Amino acid sequence: MQLTGAEILLECLIEQNVDTIFGYPGGSVLPIYDALYKYKDKINHYLTSHEQGAAHAADGYARSTGKVGVCLATSGPGATNLVTGIATAYMDSSPIVAITGNVPVPMLGKDSFQEVDTTGITMPITKHNFIVKDVAELADTIRQAFHIAKSGRPGPVLVDIPKDVATFECNYSMKTPIAPQNESSRTTPQELNKAAWLIHEAKRPLIYAGGGVIAADATDVLTEFASLLGAPVCTSAMGIGGYPASAEANVGMIGMHGTAVANTLATECDFLIAIGARFSDRVISNAQRFAPDAKVLHIDIDPAEINKNIMTAYSLVGDVKKILSLLNPLLQKQERGEWHARVTELKQKYPTDYRKAEGLLKPQYVIQRLSSLAADKAIFVTEVGQHQMWSCQYLQIEKPRRFLTSGGLGTMGFGLGAAIGAAVANPDTPVINIAGDGCFRMNHIEIATAVEYELPLIEVIINNHNLGMVRQWQTMFYDKRYSQTSLRGKTTDFIKLADAYGAAAFNVTKPEEVDDAILKALALKKPVIINCEIGDDEKVFPMVPPGAGIDQYILEGGE
Amino acid sequence: MRHVLSITVANKAGVLGRIVSLFSRRGYNIDSLSVGTSEDQRFSRITVSIKGDDRVIEQIHKQVAKLVDVEDVVELKSESSIYRELCFVKVEANAAARPDIFNVATVFRANILDVSTKTLTMELTGDLDKINAFVELMKPYGILEIVRTGLAAIGRGAEKAKN
Repeated sequence: MQLTGAEILLECLIEQNVDTIFGYPGGSVLPIYDALYKYKDKINHYLTSHEQGAAHAADGYARSTGKVGVCLATSGPGATNLVTGIATAYMDSSPIVAITGNVPVPMLGKDSFQEVDTTGITMPITKHNFIVKDVAELADTIRQAFHIAKSGRPGPVLVDIPKDVATFECNYSMKTPIAPQNESSRTTPQELNKAAWLIHEAKRPLIYAGGGVIAADATDVLTEFASLLGAPVCTSAMGIGGYPASAEANVGMIGMHGTAVANTLATECDFLIAIGARFSDRVISNAQRFAPDAKVLHIDIDPAEINKNIMTAYSLVGDVKKILSLLNPLLQKQERGEWHARVTELKQKYPTDYRKAEGLLKPQYVIQRLSSLAADKAIFVTEVGQHQMWSCQYLQIEKPRRFLTSGGLGTMGFGLGAAIGAAVANPDTPVINIAGDGCFRMNHIEIATAVEYELPLIEVIINNHNLGMVRQWQTMFYDKRYSQTSLRGKTTDFIKLADAYGAAAFNVTKPEEVDDAILKALALKKPVIINCEIGDDEKVFPMVPPGAGIDQYILEGGE
Repeated sequence: MRHVLSITVANKAGVLGRIVSLFSRRGYNIDSLSVGTSEDQRFSRITVSIKGDDRVIEQIHKQVAKLVDVEDVVELKSESSIYRELCFVKVEANAAARPDIFNVATVFRANILDVSTKTLTMELTGDLDKINAFVELMKPYGILEIVRTGLAAIGRGAEKAKN
């Protein structure tokens, strides 16, 4: 059938079972928006306040479902506004397809109005990108974009469509998508046997699980694996939810703000099994001091991650779920009395806790209460900074895809957009975005989006009137020279702001007000802002100072 | 240590940019680079010469292989490959100096391409060492310009750059 490029694009989205996209119109995407008008009963378009919000929403949609998220923006500034969102998705291996309009093909390269080299700009932050200059290639390009986004290690793909290509007509016929290739074909039985033997030989094994466990939907096989090994499990920030928080073997997050238990065990273990994790500098800190006594077995789908930051003794490359399900039958259940006793001892010595002060509202308390009152039903999202690290430490996340955070890029402003995407993807599920006041200021315009679509989204602002994480570093490493980190000069009333947006709001200044605000917010099932006033100088502990080994963490009171 | 990678890529616009951008953003230094069509018109072949230890080369190899437009990456080791480069050298050469330069050119099998009253332009094909040695010998006469194509490499025997 003869269709325009714009219609072919939408037909191809429907082929991929896409019924939701996030975007923002503009001159170069007018033909696509015109087609969307025609397809409005098949594709729901969510209009954000800013293209960045659309990119984060597509990312949040993808992270909370495992499906490919889609965002759409116009040329020039529309495309550049997507950049932060695409880079965030790239660093955290989140599958999104970003579609941008561009100026008509004859206008390309002439510095036309709202023209940028979108594929050039996004080359280093996408798995791959395309510019489609011939409408005959559009359908297969869109199909390929989805295939690349979800195959192997997932990631963002961008397709740039010049305006004239969207209007030209071409014959279209439907094709059924091909499933991503089986990536574990490279693992031979000999390799699996060798890995099983190495595991069997280990005396003090530690499992370090990352976001790859969630991407591969490998929680069940990981749980079985950990139980067979009798090994404790730590996770990266990206791995949170990939292994149940309540599991006895879970020793929490590893790294700069990881638990003292996880960081000590990593330093004492003789065998470290990294699963779907990439040894980020926020995990390993000083590479020379990381797991000094351990042989490393690295299991990951991306061969380029092997020996990148940490040299491994052995590696298995492929889908971690498939590898673990092949590996588990080769393992015998092992009891490790002494090692187990050491884990228990450390857990008793270093519980995840903080110093309380009578009557003072502590950020950790707010997050603990959110966890207790909502973790069984909600999806948690965070922005970036202190509140993010407290969330990693104090939220009890039991299931994958229930904790969404910008781990790699550390994008302030990610959370609200991502929460919108998660709320759209998971109707009837409360979505709680935990934010600092700095992050909230960056993209609070998206509260308008949450209000428009009546999303059950709770924005919890852990408000210290400062850029808390930077202030913490200034306190500890820059002699308290608080250069440009106080937000006290900004007098925005967040409660009035919520009102202006048409959102509900609660102001919390005392511990006894916390539960009430959370329960009321959950019951409202609409956008709510909970502003929590905390002190200026709350800090995140434990903390590994820059350049130190992860066993050289500073505990609260030890600074 | 020098390593030579032969990268077979899709013969499409922008592919070279993807390779070069990857090298620069990951901090890999390219010593030389040459690009041309291959035996199959769908693919181009890029020969890259880089310095680095084995760990760096392993990373480069894997990162390049991840690019969607890259069909294959093969390291061509010096002991089992042929390396060649084409070099143009323009030197100052008055009538008195010309015979000496001709002699050196003959030893190196360099071809004389252009003669003027004051200059001599030669072409030389060889691996890095041969070209460097020739350039050293030309320095005393006064080198005016050097143009090099970058290394091209091919495996000896049945070894191929694409599996």
